[in-house]
Amino acid sequence: MTARHGGAPAEPLVLVHSVKGALRLAAASREASALGLTFGLTLADARARIPGLVAADHDPAADDALLARMAETCDRWTPLVALDPPHGLILDITGCAHLFGGEADLRRRIAGLFRRNGLATRAAIAGTPDAARALARYGRVPIAPPGGEAEAVRPLTVAALGLAEDVRRALSLAGLTRIADLADRPSRPLAARFGEDLPTRLRRTLGEEDRRITPLRPRPACRVQQMFAEPIAHNDAIEATIRDLLGKAMELLEAAGQGGRAFEASFFRTDGAVRRVDVATGRPTRDVAAVLRLLRARIEALADPLDPGFGFDLIRLAVPVAEPLAQLQPQFDGETREDEAVSDLVDRLVARFGASRVLRFSAADSHDPTRASRLVPATSLVAATSASPPPEEPGEPPLRPLRMFDPPQPIETLAETPDGPPLRFRWRRVLHSVARAEGPERIAPEWWREPDAPTRDYYRVEDAEGRRFWVFRAGLYERETDRPRWYLHGLFA
Amino acid sequence: MLAAHEIALARLRKDVAALEPGACRRGGASFRLGLPTLDAALGGGLARGVLHEVYARGQQDVAAAAGFGLGVALRAADGRALVWARQDLLDIEAGALYGDGLAAFGADPKRLLVVRARDPTGVLRAAAEAARCAAVGAAVIEIWGEPKTLDLNSSRRLTLAAGASGVTVVMIRLGAKPAPSAATSRWGVAAAASAPLEANAPGRPAFEAALLRHRAGVGPRTWRLEWDRDRASFESAPLSRFVVSVPAGGPAVADDGAPWRRAG
Repeated sequence: MTARHGGAPAEPLVLVHSVKGALRLAAASREASALGLTFGLTLADARARIPGLVAADHDPAADDALLARMAETCDRWTPLVALDPPHGLILDITGCAHLFGGEADLRRRIAGLFRRNGLATRAAIAGTPDAARALARYGRVPIAPPGGEAEAVRPLTVAALGLAEDVRRALSLAGLTRIADLADRPSRPLAARFGEDLPTRLRRTLGEEDRRITPLRPRPACRVQQMFAEPIAHNDAIEATIRDLLGKAMELLEAAGQGGRAFEASFFRTDGAVRRVDVATGRPTRDVAAVLRLLRARIEALADPLDPGFGFDLIRLAVPVAEPLAQLQPQFDGETREDEAVSDLVDRLVARFGASRVLRFSAADSHDPTRASRLVPATSLVAATSASPPPEEPGEPPLRPLRMFDPPQPIETLAETPDGPPLRFRWRRVLHSVARAEGPERIAPEWWREPDAPTRDYYRVEDAEGRRFWVFRAGLYERETDRPRWYLHGLFA
Repeated sequence: MLAAHEIALARLRKDVAALEPGACRRGGASFRLGLPTLDAALGGGLARGVLHEVYARGQQDVAAAAGFGLGVALRAADGRALVWARQDLLDIEAGALYGDGLAAFGADPKRLLVVRARDPTGVLRAAAEAARCAAVGAAVIEIWGEPKTLDLNSSRRLTLAAGASGVTVVMIRLGAKPAPSAATSRWGVAAAASAPLEANAPGRPAFEAALLRHRAGVGPRTWRLEWDRDRASFESAPLSRFVVSVPAGGPAVADDGAPWRRAG
């Protein structure tokens, strides 16, 4: 699977990585393997044997990325795809094979799609993931019949069990080379000598015990799809398909008494590339037109447009998150309706600008002004449950500024006394002379967060032109610092 | 013949009036700012479902302009949700919006939705989206400088969106010179000295608001206004209290040697 150079030249190719200062082979192409080059050989030895050897650096990150892309591609055959690093994929095709003409056809299709894209793969189908892996890597049986796993894997070498290096060496010293050698022995002495891992793997590979796989993507609440005999590339056709799929999905959700909180459209290209577009809503919904609008806005806002290439042969719509949704009865005062309309607006804005750019204020129980109120995504739970700040005393002017600078801006000040309000200060090269001042309002830092932060003395000041500022002195004079620094933290209206 | 001309002229006037933005708006035609003399001068307040512009007069008047704009938006929204679209750049230039400060000004932070956009185009798009949603009380747009995308067309588009839904749009322009647009009213706002409280403490928000242009032909005029948070309304700033810079220390002395009386 590391054959990343599709249509590679016929010369033997190896990938090398550095192990303890020596370049060793990490992978070998089919031609190189045929010449007897194997994993772990030093590059110098390999060069000595095969003078015309082509070597390239092994790039594990690129391998992982390729594997992830292949996993995405496999999503068209089954929703349960798991990575089997470093080079494998495990597909749970329970209940899927008949959709593609049976197991043999499905296996052919998968291999065919990858072959057309320049990738050589080996695939096997068996009752348990471990048996299938052993057969794919070491076996000659493409499909193990139900219950026939044990028979299929018995002739294979013990390497097919995927054991740790030291266990494998110990087995080979004991003269146990085939799975058949192990299968007939009682498991207790095996476990005592080679570790608990061996009998477990043996049982799984022999198909006696199944194992859970962890799919890359959790199973969605609801999923509908449309396959095309002739790939489609036209925008109108794509949109009509999504509309149909949404309608079907909403029917399914309605039957379950649910509404979707997230929707995901997947576009499978004929060449195997997969593109996904997802939107989220602020509350559960079954409104086809609204979700279609969100998806359309999201597609329009994509940095790189949805490129159909030679067309999409499968479009799928999944609802990853669904929540109970009863039929809503509009209230008499119309407030529910208004809240709903605003929540729809939030969804539209989120689809266009992203969740991190549509925000609401969330009040925190803190006396630190920078922490007392902050902006959180409007779709988050915090935004919905946040409390309002305490109401101000009637008749008081606003004691907190409309605008805040983060971080506070340093200012040069002239104060009459070191612990009094400033007389004049300079901010952004403009000199302000203070006409009115009120303070200090002493705000101690939250020592459990920032142990060394100085105490702040805040003043509300107004300059001769009538501009109002929120300034503070960092540090108590003589107790914390001798030359306190001044900062401008906010602007009042 | 003369009568026929007049009839034709009257019909034409009617057609033109029907083409005016905001002609098809729903709900109340206008909202009051709260100060009777100001509302009377404006012919019963400002129009709902149109665009109003507020310019900061100087670089240092950003907060005053924002305060006046927010006051207008709060009067228009009348307790309904407010959407505030602003550029990222503004956090550095003019400060970020502060929830507790908005609450202290009389805006409920829970009814406020903030949309941050990277560029002016995004801000305008977000605002247009908000202006199309009739459940929104008012949309506030805050834009720094004079971006190219903000032309007559874009303001006309906003006006149309606002007219269809009845959402009032208030555009706060910082660091920009007043330019032609489809706005119904245009204000130039500067900070004004507040009426001091006890011990010479700064008082309520005060503005010097100049009406630069009004579609209905109200002449240019300047008002000194105060914002009353408790009544959520503009008030006339008391002019009787003389404004002078008083040193924070001892008694101030005027040029002629007579001591000033402290106001408050």
